[in-house]
Amino acid sequence: MKELSIKVSNLSKRFGNFVAVDNISFEVDKGEIFGFLGANGAGKSTAIKMLCGLLEPSSGNAEIAGFDIYKETEKIRKTIGYMSQKFSLYEDLTVAENIRFFGGIYGLNKNEIADRTKYILDWLKISNLRDVLVGSIPLGWKQKIAFAVSVIHNPKIVFLDEPTGGVDPITRRQFWEMIYLKSGEGITIFVTTHYMDEAEYCNRISMMNKGIIEALDTPENLKAKYSSVNMDEVFLKIARGK
Amino acid sequence: MKNILFIIEKEFKQIFRNKAMLPIIFVMPIIQLFLLSNAATFDIRNLKIGINDNDKSTLSKELFRKIASSNYFVLTSIPKSISEAETELDIGKIDIYLEIPPNFEKNIINKNIDNDNTIYMLFNAIDGTKAGLGNFYLQSIIGDFSGSIIKYNKSIYFSPEEMIVFKNIGITYSNWYNPELNYNNFMLPGILVLLVTMIGTFLSAMNIVREKEIGTIDQINVTPIKKYEFIIGKLMPLLIIGTFELIFGMFIAVIIFKVPLVGNGLVILSFGIIYLIACLGLGFLISTTTDNQQQAMFISWFILVIFILLSGLFTPIESMPEWVKYITIFNPVKYFIEVVRLVMLKGSGFGDIGRHFLIISVFAISLNSLAVMRYKKTNI
Repeated sequence: MKELSIKVSNLSKRFGNFVAVDNISFEVDKGEIFGFLGANGAGKSTAIKMLCGLLEPSSGNAEIAGFDIYKETEKIRKTIGYMSQKFSLYEDLTVAENIRFFGGIYGLNKNEIADRTKYILDWLKISNLRDVLVGSIPLGWKQKIAFAVSVIHNPKIVFLDEPTGGVDPITRRQFWEMIYLKSGEGITIFVTTHYMDEAEYCNRISMMNKGIIEALDTPENLKAKYSSVNMDEVFLKIARGK
Repeated sequence: MKNILFIIEKEFKQIFRNKAMLPIIFVMPIIQLFLLSNAATFDIRNLKIGINDNDKSTLSKELFRKIASSNYFVLTSIPKSISEAETELDIGKIDIYLEIPPNFEKNIINKNIDNDNTIYMLFNAIDGTKAGLGNFYLQSIIGDFSGSIIKYNKSIYFSPEEMIVFKNIGITYSNWYNPELNYNNFMLPGILVLLVTMIGTFLSAMNIVREKEIGTIDQINVTPIKKYEFIIGKLMPLLIIGTFELIFGMFIAVIIFKVPLVGNGLVILSFGIIYLIACLGLGFLISTTTDNQQQAMFISWFILVIFILLSGLFTPIESMPEWVKYITIFNPVKYFIEVVRLVMLKGSGFGDIGRHFLIISVFAISLNSLAVMRYKKTNI
């Protein structure tokens, strides 16, 4: 039997009369790169916030790494990493200080923090940026650093909410190399994106529209099912209601 | 617990890296203490007075001279009658009208206690404080004057019984704890309290809301950090800065402005720390109910203006309507102003202000508990 990383059943979120997420169910395998796609306002961010324990669901259930999202939020928080579309590092701290801070609040000790700092700086080849304020670093680099920081505590799952928004194609490719590396280490990647070329990099994709999941399969199967040459077409067909 | 240290470290780095912070911490107290203590003085000078001397005797001229030469008053008119004075009061030529009755000297020398020998005064009371103080100054001068008649005017002999009667004309007064009625002494301790209040409330409200605005709060909320760890880590640096500010302000008040420190500064300091915790809790509570710095700023101002106006700093709480007095029970600023004045000017110790300590502790605990309860890592 395959090991499940995320198990969502009938999860909903309502804000007043507005249904942001409408009864969605899906499963994500361990080590999988799971693409969570949809137009703006489709409910992706709301769903991801519920899975990370930032937002309480209106109804339905979900298990993250085997922990219940209602009763075991604290255990979930130790197990996951999160990087949001809003920039998530402190701009008025240096790269090393950001690593130190997030390492510290994830409970790493002094030696572990030193090791992880060196690892990240070497990994991204940014030893020269060690003591530079994050605010003065170009966006693409910031996002890569933010991703590295979001996995600083070796989480089992990392949630990436539009991590490459506004980033140039070369940096996006480098970013996905980083994702592949971490996926290879057994970390489950749950990623939302607007870039359809990135969708092709995912193992499986769910397409969300108006709060419901319209389609969920591998990129190849989806292209075949919607008789499209690329994911762009698939996306347009689903978003425009076929 | 180790997590807290990382937050404290990060907060300090951010605060001191903020170019606007250092001037706020060091310049604000000096400007506030200097400007407000001078501007917010109740010490009114140069009141415009008109004197009508109906007696024109040696004694009445002596009183005339005494009033006119005092630097509280400027003689702007010599009206000939009360109706003339009323016109001048209308057009603002005078604030106060004083009339010395005819036969003023004669009645005193002949000791005609039964004759009406009243000095008549008329005040423009649009500004109540001004009128009250003018009255107070005049009473003091007249009291002083009647005292000097008894003492120095050898030509008139007063028997001890008569002296008692005469003393009743004047007013005996003494101002305890602030004998020179120095308004700096009265205002500065209060302004020190305002300073600490503003620093505490604004800094904590802005600080946490700012993380919400930038979005980094989500990044904190997904971590396993405990709510109390986050809050202690956030508030501790502000508590340290606020305490430093209080000490710094006290030094300026005592050394530069020469406000007497009769009691023990440590009493103020320990009260101040509990008070600061209450202020930080208030700011934190505000930040949990708002989404951006603008809202937080407006709500903080709204609350602080009410707190400051009802604190007894500018108007005594005793003279407020009954129902307002009940509201002031819930005003932490009031208690700190009382404590600072009691300790600095009167020399009260821990024992005298135990009740104040108890009340402010209740404020500190309840405001912070409420804030912790309202702060949610998982939003609904």
